[in-house]
Amino acid sequence: MASVGTSLIRLAGLRKTYNEGLPNAEEVLHGVDLEMQPGEFTALIGPSGSGKSTLLNALGLLETATGGSYRLGGQDVTKFSDNERTLARHDQLGFIFQFHHLLPAFSALENVMLPALMRPQGITEKIMRERAGGLLDAVGLQDAHHKKPQELSGGMQQRVAIARALVLAPQLVLADEPTGNLDTQTSDSIFALLRQFNRERGTALLIVTHDQRLAAQCDRIIELVDGRIASDHPNAVAGAGA
Amino acid sequence: MTALGFEWTVALRFLREGRMQTALIIGGAGIGVAVIFFITAVLTGVQSDLIRRVTGAQPHIIIKPPEETVAPLVTGDSDQPRLAAIQARPQRLTTIDGWPALARSAEATPGVLAVAPVASGAALGIKGDASRAIVLVGTELDRYLRVVRLDDKIKSGVLHLEPGDVLVGIELAKDLGAVLGDRFRIQSAQGGSDVFRIRALLDLGSKDLNRRYVYIDLRAAQSLLGIPGKITNLDVSVRELMSADIVAGRLRVQSGQLIESWIQNNNFIFTAISNQNIMTLLIKVFITIVVALGIASVLVVSVVQKRKEIGILRAVGATRRQMQSVFLLQGLVVGVCGALLGSGLGFLLIIIFSRVLRNAEGQALFSLDFDYSLVGIVVASAAVLGLLSAVLPARNAARLDPAQAIRG
Ligand SMILES: Nc1ncnc2c1ncn2[C@@H]1O[C@H](COP(=O)(O)OP(=O)(O)OP(=O)(O)O)[C@@H](O)[C@H]1O
Ligand SMILES: [Mg+2]
Repeated sequence: MASVGTSLIRLAGLRKTYNEGLPNAEEVLHGVDLEMQPGEFTALIGPSGSGKSTLLNALGLLETATGGSYRLGGQDVTKFSDNERTLARHDQLGFIFQFHHLLPAFSALENVMLPALMRPQGITEKIMRERAGGLLDAVGLQDAHHKKPQELSGGMQQRVAIARALVLAPQLVLADEPTGNLDTQTSDSIFALLRQFNRERGTALLIVTHDQRLAAQCDRIIELVDGRIASDHPNAVAGAGA
Repeated sequence: MTALGFEWTVALRFLREGRMQTALIIGGAGIGVAVIFFITAVLTGVQSDLIRRVTGAQPHIIIKPPEETVAPLVTGDSDQPRLAAIQARPQRLTTIDGWPALARSAEATPGVLAVAPVASGAALGIKGDASRAIVLVGTELDRYLRVVRLDDKIKSGVLHLEPGDVLVGIELAKDLGAVLGDRFRIQSAQGGSDVFRIRALLDLGSKDLNRRYVYIDLRAAQSLLGIPGKITNLDVSVRELMSADIVAGRLRVQSGQLIESWIQNNNFIFTAISNQNIMTLLIKVFITIVVALGIASVLVVSVVQKRKEIGILRAVGATRRQMQSVFLLQGLVVGVCGALLGSGLGFLLIIIFSRVLRNAEGQALFSLDFDYSLVGIVVASAAVLGLLSAVLPARNAARLDPAQAIRG
């Protein structure tokens, strides 16, 4: 647990240039300042191509920033090596992507277990199984533990992805359009699930979404336009909306 | 699933997922291994059959005293007797001085398996009216058996040599009208003569040898040949048949005696076998390269196909090293499975062809009790080969940028 006063995330002047040094170099993030506290439930909105995914990937240590600094959980991760970034992703972050990205060769339960299996850190198989199974039950997939992803609907696959993101109890889950290709009703239930985990477990979430209706249910809304934060304000009505 | 650990679990699952690819490449590797297995077995069989035939009852190396020649007569009468006079003396045998020391030093020479003293000379075998020219070989049987495997040439009787015993080839016995247990007289060119009892009939590999070779005890031979306590040659066996010339060279430098190796006396066969070995080595090397390239290409394709999955695994915390291991292990598994399949297949081929391919005498060209450690060597080599083949694909997998892979 981060002590009081320690931000979960602190970005200062973060820049990202793709193809740096090449003729087709393109700066996508032009100095982003951002702070997030533990347990926040935040939406990241903005027009297409504004750099939302880029920002999320930089926060998720999937991409290296080309300028500025980044502190995650009080630790300066700006100059982390690839290996350190991998371990930080594993230990501190969870990911949910638009196209659910499960491994087709593994069952739902195994997909959820994979992060734990990568670095067991003393956790036995039995505990991994129980934890993964419990999470699948919690996302409403008690009957689908041993089903392969292709046997599940889009909404169910996204539930498996949520369970996988949460299995190691990260402080922050980064979700890039998690309901992007789901129908409204399924979107609502997925969103409700994320909200529920945020409330129950205190997991912070940063959710990229194009859906104004869903963004309106978040505690805070950040708008990115052309690689700059255009607006960032708390959303007072959120509590009532959920 | 977790008992195997992350890398093994994912590696095996990926292989299982790409069922067709995996089966094809294991099959390909298996066929390669089977061919290597098969040609090795056939060649070993054919060559040892050939060598057995050619060398027969001959030792690999013979140590002889330097040939004595009679000084030419300088009569001045004519040129003809001069030339005729330069020849080995026909009657008196040349012997090796101080042979026990020489035998010991020969035994200590690298590459030498065993050494046996031999008193040998021309003689006649006589029984009733029949008389045949023979080559007398007098030796200490225990030592000689380690030089020439008379024990697997025995047709009937027992391998035993008391002073009055003789071992003869089957043709000679026929020619003399003798059977096992019969006695016949041996008269040496030096005039010695005695009666011997046939203890065993031998098949030395060819009619000519079976007609001429006769084995008796060393002492008996020495007294027949008129060289008590002396020997005419040391017969030597080597560990590595094809390196007999190298060992012969060492002995030549060391002993100052005349050294003859089977290779020298059968050079064409040695050359033929050497060339055959080089050709098959080339074939094996090329098969190995093809198998390695096959494994590598399938895994390279697999890395491309699994781009997205590798990206997800990397995103949720798999390290570069772990992804590398996942693909190295796939190479390892494919190599080992291919080798096991190939060994089985090769063995099957050998069983089938051992019924079909036969030598001139109708015996199988290769025996089924060939060196089983070959399987272990093949599997171990295939494991290494599989790992090496997977190095490049594994590096590709490790280098893959997770952000790129996930975006599309
Ligand atoms: N790997 C890359 N190489 C070069 N340019 C890139 C790369 N990834 C993204 N971009 C560019 O960066 C800009 C921002 O892309 P990004 O995906 O972050 O936008 P986004 O806000 O997530 O858009 P969308 O709402 O469509 O998902 C775009 O102009 C895109 O073309
Ligand atoms: Mg995006």
